[in-house]
Amino acid sequence: MGFLEQVYRDAVLEHARSPRNRGALDPYTVRQEGINPSCGDELVLYVRLDDGLVADARFDGHGCAISQASASMMTQAIKGLSVDEAEALIVHFKAMIHGKGVDPSLGDLQVLEGISKLHARVKCATLAWVALDAALDAAAAGTAEAPQVDVDAVDAPTPG
Amino acid sequence: MAISAERRDDFPILRRRVHGAPLVYLDSAASAQKPERVLDAVDGFYRQHYANVHRGAHTLSAEATDAYEAARTRVARFINAPDERSVVFVRNATEGINLVAHAWGRRAIGPGDEIVVTVAEHHANLVPWHLLAAERGAVIRGVPLGGDQRVDLDALKGAMSPRTKLVTTFHVSNVLGVLNPIAEIARIAHEAGALLLVDGAQAVPHLPVDVQALGADMYAFSGHKVGAPSGIGALWVREELLATWPPFMGGGEMIRTVALDRSTYADIPMRFEAGTPAIAEAVGLHAALDYLDEVGLQDIWDHDRALARYAIERLRGVDGVTLYGPEGDDRGGIVTFNLDGVHPHDVASALDVRGVAIRAGHHCAQPLMGALGVRSTARASFWIHTTTDEIDLLADALGEVRTFFAGVA
Repeated sequence: MGFLEQVYRDAVLEHARSPRNRGALDPYTVRQEGINPSCGDELVLYVRLDDGLVADARFDGHGCAISQASASMMTQAIKGLSVDEAEALIVHFKAMIHGKGVDPSLGDLQVLEGISKLHARVKCATLAWVALDAALDAAAAGTAEAPQVDVDAVDAPTPG
Repeated sequence: MAISAERRDDFPILRRRVHGAPLVYLDSAASAQKPERVLDAVDGFYRQHYANVHRGAHTLSAEATDAYEAARTRVARFINAPDERSVVFVRNATEGINLVAHAWGRRAIGPGDEIVVTVAEHHANLVPWHLLAAERGAVIRGVPLGGDQRVDLDALKGAMSPRTKLVTTFHVSNVLGVLNPIAEIARIAHEAGALLLVDGAQAVPHLPVDVQALGADMYAFSGHKVGAPSGIGALWVREELLATWPPFMGGGEMIRTVALDRSTYADIPMRFEAGTPAIAEAVGLHAALDYLDEVGLQDIWDHDRALARYAIERLRGVDGVTLYGPEGDDRGGIVTFNLDGVHPHDVASALDVRGVAIRAGHHCAQPLMGALGVRSTARASFWIHTTTDEIDLLADALGEVRTFFAGVA
């Protein structure tokens, strides 16, 4: 398998071609915009929480195959999780994309692991997750229209 | 005279491989690779002559000062500035433009005054004016592109008013590759009583620049795009103008005398160079400009334009490619494009794994992206070391990339 195919696995391209959970969600608990200033790509994430669980999640916006596939797979993966489980998944996903190991709880999301080898594209993969992190914080604070979050500001890789 | 393929050997980095493939560096517009002679000049300076400048009473300091000031003289000669006193060392074109906005703009611009820009400016030539306009209550007027994707000079004339204090624009567009008719723009600006600032970041590496012939009042460029280290650039300002400006930053090196509660300032250009400057970087800039003169600026411009023509012809033959920028012979070595159905970042990654480095994104020109009706693009940019074989590789790869991503986006 070539390097490109390791990054853009068939499942990744398939999600990019046919994103799941694309479009607005109404009603929602939080509407969260995320932006990647280096490329101008934008994503809008809608999350509906119900009794401490992620009842539904959808996304909209413009982006590359990696950002679209990552958002598509994320919205699938978090439905039905508790807020705590979703937050743990964010931590595991970021760790994988920053090349710090793959937690089994990531399940199907492991097809995105190859992106960790393409440093220039890490933020494309984490954009949706940064937005989710901010959305869950906003939900905890009771904010429905969360302020835009910037992937550069919050996804600086941790040293080590 | 054509540029010899042997010039490639002048750039040590071109010997490395990326993802197992030979490096094909098509991102010179973002930053230029460094000729060996620049690396040697910086290394030799640190090994033999380095010390702080302008203040030391010892041999090394005198040598370092001479080298630093020789670089200033070299810059003046390179852009045909009448005098090296009017050349201020800055970090890059961005800092040069910010210097103008602070030192000139905060005094010269008042509420209701107008600053004219074009829609194709780099963010470096927009954001400093946004900051100034917000502080001083000034108005930014934007000039659109005409149907031929050149700056619409009739619209520029129409944008001028008695309140216009400044016209500021690019010499060569970092996205469209096109050469702006600066001499004509200077006439339009001056007829309206406005000054003209030129962002020369994409011009100085690629064609002969004569600031006097252009009729510009101020001209900024970055060293890193001419093969010098990053962290050094130059701003030229007509001397009679520069001499009236107050300091931009305060600190050592820019003063005449300092008391506890006041100070007097040095003459130009030192008044604008507070603190220890980028000394070795200036020495590197000197070497880079020597190198460019040796290769020949007219030859570089001819080479770049020939490569652009070749690339446009080759990319036109690739299914799904949309090209941006005007037709004509005033196009430098910058070719901006999109591949139908594939996001530019995915194009860039697919090329990167073949060793081909291009830029993808908004190129710090978001208003222009809007005018072109796109969110982002891919951009290949060329320089002295670029060959038609590399462009063939790019064109062939794009066909494969489109197949690989078919149906995405």
